[in-house]
Amino acid sequence: MNLESIPLQAFLIVSSALFCIGIWGLLNSRNAVRVLMSIELMLNAVNINLMAFSSYIDNNLIQGQVFTIFVITVAAAEAAVGLAILLSLYRNRVTVDMESFNLLKW
Amino acid sequence: MSIAITTQFICFTVLSLVVIIGALGVVLLESIVYSAFLLGGVFMSVAGLYLLLNASFVAAAQVLVYVGAVNVLIIFAIMLVNKKEDFKPINDIKSRRIISTSICLTLLTLLIRVDLTNVWSLSNPQNSIGEESTIRIGEHLFSDYLLPFEVASVLLLMAMIGAIVLARRDVMNKDISTGLPVDQELIEKSSEPLLTNKN
Repeated sequence: MNLESIPLQAFLIVSSALFCIGIWGLLNSRNAVRVLMSIELMLNAVNINLMAFSSYIDNNLIQGQVFTIFVITVAAAEAAVGLAILLSLYRNRVTVDMESFNLLKW
Repeated sequence: MSIAITTQFICFTVLSLVVIIGALGVVLLESIVYSAFLLGGVFMSVAGLYLLLNASFVAAAQVLVYVGAVNVLIIFAIMLVNKKEDFKPINDIKSRRIISTSICLTLLTLLIRVDLTNVWSLSNPQNSIGEESTIRIGEHLFSDYLLPFEVASVLLLMAMIGAIVLARRDVMNKDISTGLPVDQELIEKSSEPLLTNKN
């Protein structure tokens, strides 16, 4: 196999796998901190996708990299607010078990 | 990227293996502390992938924001809520696992099929600006993405204030409605679970 560079598909497959692992963790975690970590994994998968497209398809006007910077910003804000919500939940319910946060269940 | 293609392939293989195995460790490991440190490793490897894609600025931002801020925040949160607790067993856990795993595997096969069958209109590598990307990002941020840039600063300010308000402990020493003195003990130490015994 003689290639000039790493194919775009390799990056896309890595990001797909990372995204699916993130979804699995989001659905199956009992610990609320692990749910937040899974969300970060999914955001990173999306970032890899954006960066790969920006480098292979839009390599002159790299708009994907600008989008990635905005996604990183929003992810930082989301992590801060999410962990603050988690702390106040823990203060009120004395647990981090996702199964016990069922007040909004109908 | 000026390094040889074989080196690029080796770097890519190692980095993507670390990303995938680290992510599996994050969601599968029993101890949440190990998960947090593995998450830091995953973030570092993603930054390495960005370097392979000629994006040094975003790689630096990834290391600073994710490893330096988000991961530290997560470790602090683990430290604050790290109580040994045995989760109540769920009776239909097995069917839940099967359904969620099959959903994830279906999604993964769909995504990989799209990745491999779609014909991507790749641009000419000769047009690539390569290592100049930091300059181009700066031009973008101060011309056509100026409004999102400013809105992002407002968003960060709002998130900061919101996090402080949500995580702050109330320091009132009198109950507003009754006027009685309020118990200043740590609420986590009080033994009565408030709403947890609903079912």
